[in-house]
Amino acid sequence: MSGKVCTMRDAIAQHVHDGDTVVIEGFTHLICFAAAHEIIRQRRRNLTLCRLTPDLVADQMIAAGCVSTLVFSWAGNPGAGSLHAFRRAVESGQPPLALDEYSHFGMVARLSAGAARLPFWPLKDYMGTDIPTANDRIRSVQCPYTGESLATVPALNPDVTIVHAQRADALGNTQVWGLVGTQKEAAFASSRVIVVVEELVDEAMIRQDPNRTIVPGLIVDAVVVEPWGAHPSYAQGYYDRDNDFYVDWEVISRDPAKLNAYLDEWVFGVPDRAAYLVRLPTLRDRLTADERVCAGVNYGY
Amino acid sequence: MAVAAARELRDCEVVFVGIGLPNLACNLARATHAPSLVLIYESGAVGATPERLPLSIGDPALVTGALMVCGMADVFQCFLQNGRIEVGFLGGAQVDRWGNINTTVIGDYAHPKVRLPGSGGAAEIAIHAKRTLIVSRLTPRAFPADVDFITSPGHRSRGGTRRELGMPGAGPLKVITDKGILEPDESGELVLTQLYPGMSLEQARSSVGWPLRAHDPLETCAPPTTRDIDLLRNELDPKRLFLGAAAA
Repeated sequence: MSGKVCTMRDAIAQHVHDGDTVVIEGFTHLICFAAAHEIIRQRRRNLTLCRLTPDLVADQMIAAGCVSTLVFSWAGNPGAGSLHAFRRAVESGQPPLALDEYSHFGMVARLSAGAARLPFWPLKDYMGTDIPTANDRIRSVQCPYTGESLATVPALNPDVTIVHAQRADALGNTQVWGLVGTQKEAAFASSRVIVVVEELVDEAMIRQDPNRTIVPGLIVDAVVVEPWGAHPSYAQGYYDRDNDFYVDWEVISRDPAKLNAYLDEWVFGVPDRAAYLVRLPTLRDRLTADERVCAGVNYGY
Repeated sequence: MAVAAARELRDCEVVFVGIGLPNLACNLARATHAPSLVLIYESGAVGATPERLPLSIGDPALVTGALMVCGMADVFQCFLQNGRIEVGFLGGAQVDRWGNINTTVIGDYAHPKVRLPGSGGAAEIAIHAKRTLIVSRLTPRAFPADVDFITSPGHRSRGGTRRELGMPGAGPLKVITDKGILEPDESGELVLTQLYPGMSLEQARSSVGWPLRAHDPLETCAPPTTRDIDLLRNELDPKRLFLGAAAA
């Protein structure tokens, strides 16, 4: 079973270039820290990073100097505090960071337009807010049928989208359950797609449950098998979120010296995700998911 | 605040839930007077029945046992923009006299003194939910006369009233604070309508940045029941993740 399967190192080297527009999606769930760490290790520069919720993964990439523009809708450490590298960049310009800011609906609409290859997406939104005054890419259009004014956002068509998922086959037919966020739209909007999975499975397993497939192999360029690749985020049915680390990040990211020490130890100090996991021997005991298996469905006819 | 917010929810209502106190309020309502409350999270969990207190709006416990899990495009288009959300919870660093909320920046947008997280789904919840509830501690810093940046519109923003701007929802009908409850008058300005037991009108007035008007007579909120307090402290938030030392 070879197909599109490759190492994370090769996938990033081949598909993520300096200056690219990169989507690493995953709404709390399935955030691909393993790919972000490899991007940092390969010292990519001038990336336009797009995420609804930039999260710790963006804070690390900003601190490492990979990101020149952030496209986003909510930049915080969910339930735990701030993203201090992001805040330092915006509040004091160190390092400089351009912002392209929307709301969640705006970001979802941008990816929907991108996936449908439309130039923009209309939405009933932004009346009474100052968000369009801060971002002149949020505009409006008059509906040709009703005459009403609708807000518009431009399509987002990234160079590369990285999707973390529970499982895929060697050709990249990818199945996700639990929160699915905007991964499908982001993948279809993108020129290139890297899928990172907890488990590589046979095509027959995918075909048993086709409704579960959210990204078809025909739009996938690379498949990376990386168990625990979303840690400290989570993968439903595999492992829980490492909330302790999200809480710790508040202290780490507040101090640039601590943040650099973190990157030195946990990103530059390991060659890959497998080595990162060796340094976290208690992870499996702490976070492995309980079993809540569903009964399945009858696809017969 | 969690108890006061829970009392605002009616059984069978469809609620767009935020993290923290609103989440606690919704689960308290579900455990008491509103067992059929439908909780929707912007992460895509619909009809969630979390068995543990979710630490984020994307917690895996929201998925296990939910009625539906959908993509975020469906959340915003098929639920929110479709008009299916009856109550939305909002909070923020600043709330002004018209119920406008700022979660974007303190100071100027291009050179902010403090950069806040931004809108998330709040702007569209403020626009589309049939009514919203704002939950925030009442302090002068949190309640200025005007916010620095309108992330989520209230009753009157720089462009006019909600009706003039074409917003489908009714906006913030209650602002639940740690001192009492504010409600909009006919013009949309927030007015104090209820005080918690032991709080004075002067305490409330000195906590906002505009000359706060009060209903006459001013009602006193009923205190939490012992069952409310027991549920909050011993079942819903035993680790006191969201309940402050003095809360509930």
